Amino acid sequence: MELPLNFLPAHKLNKMLQERQVSATDIVSALLSAIDKVEAKMNAYLRVEKEGMLKSAADFDSGFNSGQDNILSGFSGIPVAIKDNICTKGITTTCASRILSNYIPVYDATVIRRLKNAGYILTGKANMDEFAMGSSNENSYFGPVKNPWDLERVPGGSSGGPAATVAAGTAICSLGSDTGGSIRQPASLCGVVGLKPTYGLVSRYGLIAFASSLDQIGPFSRDVEDSASLLNIICGWDEQDSTSISSVKNGSLDYTKYLVDDMKGLKIGVPKELMAAEVDDEVRAAVNRALKLAEDAGAFIGEISLPSLEYALSVYYIIAPSEASSNLSRFDGVRYGYRNRDAATLRGMYKKSRAQGFGPEVKRRIMIGTYSLSAGYYDAYYEKAQRVRTLINNDFNRAFKKYDVLISPTSPSTAFKIGEKADDPLKMYMSDICTIPVNLSGLPAISIPAGLSSQRLPIGLQIIADTLREDNIFRVAYTLEKAIGFNSHPINLYE
Amino acid sequence: MSFISKDDVRHVAKLAELEFDDSEMEKMTSQLDRILGHVAKISQVDTSNVEPTSHMLNISNVYREDLKKQSLSSKEALSNAPEERDGGFLVPKID
Repeated sequence: MELPLNFLPAHKLNKMLQERQVSATDIVSALLSAIDKVEAKMNAYLRVEKEGMLKSAADFDSGFNSGQDNILSGFSGIPVAIKDNICTKGITTTCASRILSNYIPVYDATVIRRLKNAGYILTGKANMDEFAMGSSNENSYFGPVKNPWDLERVPGGSSGGPAATVAAGTAICSLGSDTGGSIRQPASLCGVVGLKPTYGLVSRYGLIAFASSLDQIGPFSRDVEDSASLLNIICGWDEQDSTSISSVKNGSLDYTKYLVDDMKGLKIGVPKELMAAEVDDEVRAAVNRALKLAEDAGAFIGEISLPSLEYALSVYYIIAPSEASSNLSRFDGVRYGYRNRDAATLRGMYKKSRAQGFGPEVKRRIMIGTYSLSAGYYDAYYEKAQRVRTLINNDFNRAFKKYDVLISPTSPSTAFKIGEKADDPLKMYMSDICTIPVNLSGLPAISIPAGLSSQRLPIGLQIIADTLREDNIFRVAYTLEKAIGFNSHPINLYE
Repeated sequence: MSFISKDDVRHVAKLAELEFDDSEMEKMTSQLDRILGHVAKISQVDTSNVEPTSHMLNISNVYREDLKKQSLSSKEALSNAPEERDGGFLVPKID
């Protein structure tokens, strides 16, 4: 069956544009018609830039026809959705929060500036868990996103919208952010590719901060090739982010050269702590099938133990809320965002604006963080967590002395039912046990589809590499993608 | 064992500039207690000879040349202000 335009990857669309088989307007029209059909069922967009899309596409087509446009740039004329915590100049950026529901940035995030230079088309701003805090997208002030494979289930979070749009054919690619798994876990639950780059490889300038030592922007795509092309565009040093890695210059790297279907001699480690009892049998079986394919392709597979991962979830739920409580202190009703207008005094206004502007999960994390950083508890919680974080780093360092990549499930389960974990924060936090350790150590990792469960829900596989070894990630992901041959789409959504 | 009391939660809420009604306070206390009870397991780990990690990059201070650069106009900086007057952010009386 020939797939419609809105289900093709960017590299195929780019080729068709070059060969004049389609116009950008054709692609945008296909997307808009898909959005008309399925967006109301999913709630994946907080805002669709319909007029902007049509105008950008028309500009691209007339520029291309008169020979002006540099179409060789892989993202000219390609529609991309942007998570609503990434600032877009002149376009509302809400973080899916009431407190920023009227916020219109006066500048573009660095990733947006780079995508604009590459000629992308903005489809709209994608729904998410409020301030990127959550694993199910149920924490959005503007309502939950539904999983396109089963509308009664969650798409994962916090980048539920960016994942669902790519899966459902209402965007070709998207950008999300990942603090503890917020790209990889929804990619896994929606059956798409999601990459969290090395900490510092992509500028965080213009990403509304959640936990600054963990946050990283990364791409969602239909395949590994698009993931590499998008990373080419967004990566590299940025003067406006003092934590961006200065040795990598934007435009100097081409990750697509690592897309080789070959992993002979490559050493793959399987951390036994990430294949433990919490992982569903079907998920474990899918990962084991993929490992067998890797072995058949000439890779060496070995089991490894990373004992300190047992503490990763605890370390994360001290460090991330601590950083969040500091970052979110800027939302006080003074300079931007929601203000309660009944309070007669300044502190009363702070309290009421924040109490009404933030949702329950955000407040919970601000409270945990404020507590961990407060006098008398700092040493026992925050500082202790930073020390255990070092032990987790040491475990990964030891692993990468022996192995080129580590492979695990991305999420211990497939998509769960909406409401299933909503009343139990700890149970929800467990959804990220396989992804959280990677952020604590700043490592790059990708989630690729590994198959469908018996209930026809996607299963994701995570590939982790050492710092700045995205080359190994792309090589393994590309080879496994070919070997697994995942080629399913949630087409029932259109019936 | 209880890790956090309702009085602690009230104190932390004050530090965080948040407020909760009675039923929210009840729920917050029991949820924080469970979460802190879970994360407290790191106290078992021996970290006596381990340095803390604040972030993963091997960098300290980052400097640039002290040159004047273009920045936002005050009109742009104030464009999202809930209330403004005379080129400044207007707030209620400071208590």
